[in-house]
Amino acid sequence: MSAVHVPVAAAGPTAGAGWRGLVADWSSDREAFQVAWGKAMMWIFLLSDTFIFGSFLTGYMTVRSSTTVPWPNPSQVFALHIGGADVPLLLIAIMTFVLISSSGTMAMAVNCAYRRDRVNAAVLMFVTAAFGVTFVSMQAFEWTKLILEGVRPWGNPWGAAQFGSTFFMITGFHGLHVTAGVIYLSVVAVRLLRGKYDGPKATGGREEPSSGRAVPLERGANYQIVEIAGLYWHFVDLVWVFIFALFYLW
Amino acid sequence: MSTGTTQQHPIGLYLKIWALLFVLSTLSYGVDYFHIQGLLRWGLIVLFMLLKAGLIVAVFMHLAWERLALICAILLPPLCLLVLVGLMAAEADYTHLTRLLFFR
Repeated sequence: MSAVHVPVAAAGPTAGAGWRGLVADWSSDREAFQVAWGKAMMWIFLLSDTFIFGSFLTGYMTVRSSTTVPWPNPSQVFALHIGGADVPLLLIAIMTFVLISSSGTMAMAVNCAYRRDRVNAAVLMFVTAAFGVTFVSMQAFEWTKLILEGVRPWGNPWGAAQFGSTFFMITGFHGLHVTAGVIYLSVVAVRLLRGKYDGPKATGGREEPSSGRAVPLERGANYQIVEIAGLYWHFVDLVWVFIFALFYLW
Repeated sequence: MSTGTTQQHPIGLYLKIWALLFVLSTLSYGVDYFHIQGLLRWGLIVLFMLLKAGLIVAVFMHLAWERLALICAILLPPLCLLVLVGLMAAEADYTHLTRLLFFR
């Protein structure tokens, strides 16, 4: 991998004064991450989101292990009554499979985008968004069920009061992420179909290092945005893996 | 590609990982369904969780094929959370003990 770095001639310690100079000095026209800027920014956003969810789950661990009142058994709380028997965690398991399927279709969409298959990429993104809507609907059903059974952020009929607050906080914040992802994917898919990313000024940056060299335009279309949106979606699935294991199964 | 950042991979790879994620999810659901208890339960839950997370990040998010600089920038900072978890576990133990002493 001979990633030759091409410095720009104009850069250097003498480049400008004031704010421009500050930016020039700090950046020194060196690229640490040789990916499109949109991808690097998305990763940095996801890193910050990791800390948000990490802190939520740590807070959940703290209240759960410090309470002297028994924790409600999630296996029973989230059971569904089907055919005269209680099936533990059934809805949550289905939600997990829905979200994993959506990650699968998203990965295919990214793959299509790389093959410049615009229509299939957009269709697969719509399928992904539909899975996301399914997931959020099931979550709304689950919330309604629990609220009707008397779960509140300050208490519930089965045990430790902290159960409700952590449940609504963590799953609510995750559901918000899924909802935002559905909107994000739909917007990108519509724009993809309309050909917004086919021009030379496509958003999200290009894979070629933009270090002063002219970006070759002969390929025209730039569907990098699909991979960037995909990163967000896979992250939402990733967070669910942790919530499923630590909140529902523990 | 000379930069090594183009993420074009055979579609079969994604299908395999997808299937694998389904299997792992079924297994982790099985842990609850078959009422496995104790250390084995927690061990299996964490094992399946980490395997699933690893597959998603490495293959679906293409991190396995990114350059090491990006991988380190993404994977190392969250390790700070382990310090937080350690601190809060100790704090929670302390709170639990004082509650047992004074609020029973």
